[in-house]
Amino acid sequence: MSSRIRRERCTSIKDKEGPKEGNEDMSEFRFYSKLDLTILVGRRAKNGRQLLEGLRHVPESSIYFHTHKFLLQYHYITPVPPNDFAQWAITSLNDDLLGERLSSIDVVRYDSLTALKESIIKVVEEHVSENGSRRECPPGEEFHFMASQAFIIPTPIVVRTLEEFAAHLEHVSLNSLYHHMFDARLRLGRGENDFSAWFRGIGKEDLAEEVQKLDPYLHTLEGLRKRLEVLVRRHA
Amino acid sequence: MLRIEEYAPIVGQATIYELFRLARQLEGKTIQNINSTAVGGGVAEILSRMMPLLKQLGLNARWDVIKGNEKFYAVTKKFHNGLHGVPVEVSREEYDWFLEINRQNAEELDFADIVFVHDPQPIGLIEKRASIGRNWVWRCHIDSSQPNKTIWKFLERYITMYDAAVFSAPAFEARLPIRQVLISPSIDPLSDKNKELPEDVINATFERYGIDRSRPVITQISRFDFLKDPLGVIRAYKMAKRSMDMQLVLAGGGATDDPEGPMIMEQVKEEADKDKDIFVLFLPPSSDLEINALQRGSTIVLQKSLREGFGLTVSEALWKGKPVIAGAVGGIPLQIRHQYSGILTHSIEGTAQWIKRLLSEPEFAAKLGANGREHIRNNFLITRHIKDYLLLFLSLFYADDIVHFS
Repeated sequence: MSSRIRRERCTSIKDKEGPKEGNEDMSEFRFYSKLDLTILVGRRAKNGRQLLEGLRHVPESSIYFHTHKFLLQYHYITPVPPNDFAQWAITSLNDDLLGERLSSIDVVRYDSLTALKESIIKVVEEHVSENGSRRECPPGEEFHFMASQAFIIPTPIVVRTLEEFAAHLEHVSLNSLYHHMFDARLRLGRGENDFSAWFRGIGKEDLAEEVQKLDPYLHTLEGLRKRLEVLVRRHA
Repeated sequence: MLRIEEYAPIVGQATIYELFRLARQLEGKTIQNINSTAVGGGVAEILSRMMPLLKQLGLNARWDVIKGNEKFYAVTKKFHNGLHGVPVEVSREEYDWFLEINRQNAEELDFADIVFVHDPQPIGLIEKRASIGRNWVWRCHIDSSQPNKTIWKFLERYITMYDAAVFSAPAFEARLPIRQVLISPSIDPLSDKNKELPEDVINATFERYGIDRSRPVITQISRFDFLKDPLGVIRAYKMAKRSMDMQLVLAGGGATDDPEGPMIMEQVKEEADKDKDIFVLFLPPSSDLEINALQRGSTIVLQKSLREGFGLTVSEALWKGKPVIAGAVGGIPLQIRHQYSGILTHSIEGTAQWIKRLLSEPEFAAKLGANGREHIRNNFLITRHIKDYLLLFLSLFYADDIVHFS
């Protein structure tokens, strides 16, 4: 094990509060980026019952992965495809009803992964109890549970005013935008997106509320970037 | 030699910055790739393109090739086939010889801090760990979704001695007590096979083979073996052609060690002889520019595989903005989300139906192609592959779910 690397500054985020990535000082906002390593959990499902068992056993990071990873993977498509569970139910299990029920779960309404996980489990549980679990996917199309290990890195982009924020937003990577809008709220458990938190911190309460009310799941990431820029410029 | 900055116009400057930033976290570490061949095959190809880029990022990375002999490679060929699920017999003596060659190599090699071992041939080097420690990762580039049990049992003893195992598609994961990571392969957008081509080069290629670009062209680029289902492609084409005009191009390498290969090739040729709109092109390995041109000049690209390792020809076609219809096998569903970035099919009839629909709805087909290109940009280019390797190396030192560098 490397002592040199271990000595580097590194914080593991375990508690719900978590560090604010150096953005505790509200006089400026530093953009961070998040990069994911995809982990194979080693559990698969070929029918509804196995999906349910998997859902009960996998960590919350796996729930986050399957309800969010596609947002970044398919960032250019609107409306975005349904989450992985729904997509698998529709295309591999050929179970449109389960697929529709799963894709109707409105992720933006959840402020914790625990609650989101419980809801997904409830939907599958009810569906299996009502319809049984005889329907199976073709061999080779099993659902594979995955998760990710996230690495958060600082970018060189630091802004101090709303004007600077709007001007630099277009240079920020999609990974960075995604991190501050999606990860911050649900994966890092901060309760709200990082941008709203900073706007609030510099006394721009209305802007913070408007950004907080945006449903990021209804936009492509580029669309979200443009929408944010418009909102920020309006308040600058 | 390509410079990492040349990828910035394609993937964005921020992505290049992120690679440099991650590489900085590995400062002071040495990284060693080990495989069994310096040329030929997908692993050597990707390593030869990736190594200069890793060095430009400031990494102390190197690539070593183990030494073997004919007898050794005969055994590892059996391992390769066994991982693919082919029934093979390996004698005790052959296992012993395999381990002996690995031990000889282990004595000669100078190991780095991070030892990244590719495929089964050098897997036994891990025995050295007991005396030298270090961080070890095994990368399986082979479709191991239905391995021969005896071969897997033998390899598993060694795989479980590594810190992590890397697979190319979720279906290849196994029940292992070590961490398993998903890292898909990638294409290089600046290589001959994928770089932008002037229209006159594309036209010249089609003219050379007598293919009419003013009429629809359906193309499958692949080896002529059973698993790529070239006969199924011909049947789908014939079904679709009952109601629409089109030409079919089947292009790729010659026979493989698939025992049914020669028979399939005969049947393909027979079918082509009966229809002047079917073009069967046997391309030598150095045909990257031709393949590029054929993909770019086609109306629709097919990859109707029955079984697939990853199926990078799908990424190649999507990167060129082509609508792709492909079998939902192996790594293909990672590259295509049905009706968003391409079409996934399960049958000859379904393939025929989608050929007709895409030819009838060129706007929808163009949208699939455009989405497909964006999907590849973000997920299957060499820069994403490098990012994943850097994260993999970092994961050897940071175990937490979320790691924060400041």
